[in-house]
Amino acid sequence: MQDLIWLLPTFPMLGFLSLVLTGGSLPRKIVAVIGAGSVGLSFLSAVLISAQFLASGEDYFVKELWVWMAIGEFTPGFNFYLDGLSLVMMLIITGVGFLIHLYSTGFMVDDPAYSRFFAYMNLFVAAMLMLVLGDNLVLLYLGWEGVGLCSYLLIGFWYENPDNGYAARKAFVVTRVGDTAMAIGLFLLFTQLGTLNIQDMLQAAQQQWAMGSPLAIAAALLLLGGAVGKSAQLPLQTWLPDAMAGPTPISALIHAATMVTAGVYLVARTHVLFELAPRVQMLVAFVGLATLLMAGFTAMTQRDIKRILAYSTISQIGYMFLALGAGAWSAAVFHLMTHAFFKALLFLAAGTVILSLHHEHDIFKMGGKRKQLPIAFWSFIIGSAALAALPFTSGFYSKDEILLAALAVEGPGMLLWIGGVIGAFFTGIYSFRLVFVVFFGDSQGHHEAKEEAHWSMAAPLMLLMVLALLGGWIQVPLDAVFSSGAGHEEAHVSLLVHAVMIAAPFLGIGVSYLFFMSKVFDLDKLMANPLANSLHRFWFSGWGMDALYQRIFVNPFLYLARINRSDLIDSFYALLVSITRSAHLMLARTQTGYLGWYALSMAAGLVLIISLGVML
Amino acid sequence: MQSIPIEHGLILAGILFALGLVGVLTRRNIVFVLMSLEVMLNASGLAFVVASARWGHADGQVMFLMILTLAAAEVAVGLGLIIQMYRKFKTVDIDVLSEMKG
Repeated sequence: MQDLIWLLPTFPMLGFLSLVLTGGSLPRKIVAVIGAGSVGLSFLSAVLISAQFLASGEDYFVKELWVWMAIGEFTPGFNFYLDGLSLVMMLIITGVGFLIHLYSTGFMVDDPAYSRFFAYMNLFVAAMLMLVLGDNLVLLYLGWEGVGLCSYLLIGFWYENPDNGYAARKAFVVTRVGDTAMAIGLFLLFTQLGTLNIQDMLQAAQQQWAMGSPLAIAAALLLLGGAVGKSAQLPLQTWLPDAMAGPTPISALIHAATMVTAGVYLVARTHVLFELAPRVQMLVAFVGLATLLMAGFTAMTQRDIKRILAYSTISQIGYMFLALGAGAWSAAVFHLMTHAFFKALLFLAAGTVILSLHHEHDIFKMGGKRKQLPIAFWSFIIGSAALAALPFTSGFYSKDEILLAALAVEGPGMLLWIGGVIGAFFTGIYSFRLVFVVFFGDSQGHHEAKEEAHWSMAAPLMLLMVLALLGGWIQVPLDAVFSSGAGHEEAHVSLLVHAVMIAAPFLGIGVSYLFFMSKVFDLDKLMANPLANSLHRFWFSGWGMDALYQRIFVNPFLYLARINRSDLIDSFYALLVSITRSAHLMLARTQTGYLGWYALSMAAGLVLIISLGVML
Repeated sequence: MQSIPIEHGLILAGILFALGLVGVLTRRNIVFVLMSLEVMLNASGLAFVVASARWGHADGQVMFLMILTLAAAEVAVGLGLIIQMYRKFKTVDIDVLSEMKG
């Protein structure tokens, strides 16, 4: 059974091919069966393979398929590598992926490009599986770029609106910045260590590079660049909020549950390199901390239901990076898993809300929808509880582990912990602000709206509710993967620390309640204060990062493009063209159509040639 | 028997050839162009015959026979084209046919 691991990406790939080659001519029912069924088959085989792998007790399993290319010493194979980490990732991708595919069969049912949607989704799942199962960095990079492509295609899925196309291009270009760094990192690793097979490479790095050597630092920094781009961390986070232009299941699958966590996977996969470069690892922690705080502030001010969730995704991935930086590798992957559950749940529920309210995104135009949209309401209650890490939900266990690991870091541990707790406080505010504004209070419009929840949409929501509630009790089999990882010793922390960590989200919910439910605090009065107002605008714009990048990168580039419009190189080619053109005009004049003229020129040419022959 | 010196024959052939060429270049009536072409062909035939007589070799005369055949074939095709042209354009002036100029 383990030998059949190649089936995992093959099923969705076949689904993609059959949907693409039929070009949308299949009836919707068959498209739905192919689209969701291929991922379902993939999930079934993933479960069987996982059961057998865990029963075998092996630490890892390699399935060599074929040599991809052989260029001298460089022979990356098409090999799949299964260990605890890729097992967890593969189950998340196929499991959550299948639920989202199932949901999409109902959600997208009115869309004219039904088949194209599932083709892209299947391609995405295939590429993502390639990313997590590849045993070398080249195969990983193939999957990495593949998911980037699918992300681009799906953000711009409704391409008739030019804004969506712009958002897609922005996502593609910004992540490409990180990918370029990562590609350079791969070149560096290959020239220095002579292999890109992940396990061999990590072993060679451990033997050849000293702790904190410049090469290790450079390699870790470059890989971090790729991870930061893909996972929307500072300073490359600007693409994710705009990526919400895509259909909502896309936001759930690609921009919450799987693709954006690929950066976390990459860092966890190459954690040995980061352990060799402790300063870079510390940088990872601070990138995560800065991102989670920044995104937390921004999420509190957004009005668009999907943008709130997008910023909360950025913030939660910030927690994962914080855990990675603290050396708590398994805590990061654990949070990745629980986050996949509750964030997919929140996005899918948001999709139900948006669909039921005829594509309304502004939460302040909803209000009091808990009777009208009961399934979405309970999904949001459970999802937000897990997001805010209320006790006994899945998010509580993972966030708890992360914060304890952050506290255990030598040096700035206290700072990281305080930052994380403040972030948890903000999480409580923004997640329940959403719940209070959308589902409680007075209805602000769409009074007649009915919940549109076909069973294919309701069932995934129910299952994800269970997972978001109970996912914290899943034991992730990561001990063998991160045996070298620190932060496993149970730190003895005082009760006070625990009390603060539990209280922070409740405090946030309380603040949110006072503002948006009981209206003890008047928001309008607060907004009248010029300082609060300008702060609100600053946060609303995502700390002005978009405007900053517009000024630093986009405008100078456009300026250069403008002044370079008639550049030197072009004028050379223009000269060539004009010479050829005038020569043509000159010669065209000799073609008079008069027979005598032709005969004369022939005779003259003959005389010329003969006399040349005689003279020379 | 006093034979004609080869120079005389070649000069006559050169004069005939030049006359024919001038005719081809200057005539506008296509029948005359064709006739001038015949003159040029026969000039070259004359040069072959004179040369073969000078060296007592039969090759030049064989060549002349071939030129004769070629001229007959050419006239057949050429006259056919001229008749077609006359039917279509109602003229034998070749300058009227300058439609294919660049």
